[in-house]
Amino acid sequence: MAAFSPQALAEFQLILGRYPTKRAATLPTLHLAQREFGWISPEVMAYVAGLLELPPIKVYEVVTFYTMFHQKPVGRHVIEACATLPCALNGAEALLEHVEKRIGIRAGETTKDGRFTLKKAECMAACGGGPCLQVNGDYHEGMTPEKFDRLVAELA
Amino acid sequence: MPDAPLEHPDQRRQPREGGEPPAPVPPPPAYEPILLRNIGIPDSHLLKTALSRGAYQGLKKAQAMAPEAVIEEVKKSGLRGRGGAGFPTGNKWSFVPKDKWPHYLIVNADESEPGTFKDRALIENDPHLLIEGTLIGAHALGAEVSYIYIRGEMVLGAKRLEAALAEARAAGLLGNRQIHVHRGAGAYICGEETGLLESLEGKRGYPRLKPPFPALVGAFGKPTVVNNVETLANLPAIFDKGVAWYRTIGTEKSPGPKIFCVSGHVRRPGNYEKPLGYPLEKLIYEDAGGLRPGRTLKALIPGGSSMPVLRADEVQGLTMDYEAVQARGSLLGSAGVIVMDDSTCMVRCLLNISRFYAHESCGQCTPCREGSTWLAKILGRIEAGQGEGGDLELLLDICDNIAGKTICPFGEATAWPVQSFVKRFRDDFAAHITQHRCPQRPAAVAASAR
Ligand SMILES: Cc1cc2nc3c(=O)[nH]c(=O)nc-3n(C[C@H](O)[C@H](O)[C@H](O)COP(=O)(O)O)c2cc1C
Ligand code: SF4
Ligand code: FES
Repeated sequence: MAAFSPQALAEFQLILGRYPTKRAATLPTLHLAQREFGWISPEVMAYVAGLLELPPIKVYEVVTFYTMFHQKPVGRHVIEACATLPCALNGAEALLEHVEKRIGIRAGETTKDGRFTLKKAECMAACGGGPCLQVNGDYHEGMTPEKFDRLVAELA
Repeated sequence: MPDAPLEHPDQRRQPREGGEPPAPVPPPPAYEPILLRNIGIPDSHLLKTALSRGAYQGLKKAQAMAPEAVIEEVKKSGLRGRGGAGFPTGNKWSFVPKDKWPHYLIVNADESEPGTFKDRALIENDPHLLIEGTLIGAHALGAEVSYIYIRGEMVLGAKRLEAALAEARAAGLLGNRQIHVHRGAGAYICGEETGLLESLEGKRGYPRLKPPFPALVGAFGKPTVVNNVETLANLPAIFDKGVAWYRTIGTEKSPGPKIFCVSGHVRRPGNYEKPLGYPLEKLIYEDAGGLRPGRTLKALIPGGSSMPVLRADEVQGLTMDYEAVQARGSLLGSAGVIVMDDSTCMVRCLLNISRFYAHESCGQCTPCREGSTWLAKILGRIEAGQGEGGDLELLLDICDNIAGKTICPFGEATAWPVQSFVKRFRDDFAAHITQHRCPQRPAAVAASAR
């Protein structure tokens, strides 16, 4: 059974104090849960629902609406490559192809060794530096295949 | 433009009637940024840097005024919302009723309109500017609690805001007001203000039917104002330097500074802050460095991907203010200026845009959910060389059945690109259908079709 660490529980209490309803804490609590457990399994959803005193379906509805909540285990490094128009005008398509070849999976997949998950992302508010991608939440702008190879080499 | 320094120098060189040509005037002083003025300064995100650059002076002046007077000043400033619609901010604030409490101020930091990247720059580099603007707004509205709804992907932005809030709180700048950072989790529709409110309440980001408007029934059922990051970032200067000064910037109907996000086929894409009414040609060919060698302009979207596209001949002499862009058949929107040169395949661009909207429809309304998917499918077929006679009429017919028939303006955001691309670049689409391929390929520096 999933359960928060004492530290996460303390953070959860702080989160609750920010809102007039418990339900409003759903998104922040799910972010916390994803940090704690890596992904949002059905057990985690049930656990979060218990904390928030909500029927589990209410948490399920939310998890399935937002793209950032992982409903499957993910690799150690999550790469999200933008392919929306402004980035695409500056070569995002070719970059994504390179990324797929370099790490050997297609967008939406995780490598067998659990090192990488690759996702295709929509515009990430970095179009001025396109093509761009995020690795574990950090922005990398002005990406080229060479820059990407250097980046990958640094990731364990 | 009321003030001489912002006038284009060429206009002033015109000989006056009957008289001698005036002496050559020196070029106007370069525009000094107001919103982006701290960007590029080391440690611009820290309180001590912000204070050394004059932060929180506007707040002090606003706090010395009664809330009603603050609202009046904002009305007089002519500030219009920078989130896309350009609605006058002071008017929006005055709709909040005085007999229903509490009031909430929500900062829309969900920035996700393709082509727009100004709010992220402000948040990451100058979080205190946003906090100061939020505190001014909260004072005007009597909002004890405010939430900054920030895009989930902006991890650094959220960290910087949390840290800046902690600094501001410790320095006593927040008084007894609370400002909380609330992270989204990946959904374009949460930028729409009522979708945002649902999301803040812990639900799916399904936009609400209006009325009631958020001013009466907003967050947690209470009177609420939702303002964009850049809108609030205008407030400190308005109060520090005064309305008279502020109105010297921009045009009569579109006052103030604006951050233009220039992306696509220019040599120096990026954020450029200019007065509203700034000439587009200067923005593209001077500030953004122009197009790549040997290339000419083909098309331009002036306000983020949901706004109608314009042809190169339609943007000649265009000034970037709400009225002028509308007069040319598009809208200034979020001022995400997407530039496409003559190597661009318009079919692939539209396919990319339409896939975005099909992906991001929240699914509540049948015309939007089904229509956006059909648009993307038909465009995919045309792009792949399998278009059929009648496809363009079919596309336009689907658009007619979406726009104006949905809960939220996402319906228009889905239809307008298709309608405008097909109308203004009909030959490109027709050629794909009759030739069963892209006439430009493989030369095209094409947009992604994935
Ligand atoms: C589909 C859709 C997406 C939107 N996305 C954003 C957004 O990302 N950021 C934003 O500030 N406003 C966005 N808006 C506009 C908001 O609904 C709202 O008008 C704005 O936050 C009001 O703030 P303002 O008056 O300060 O401009 C969007 C609107 C629609 C219809
Ligand atoms: S128009 Fe589209 S995005 Fe807006 S509420 Fe309807 S289905 Fe959702
Ligand atoms: S299109 Fe890639 S960040 Fe905007």
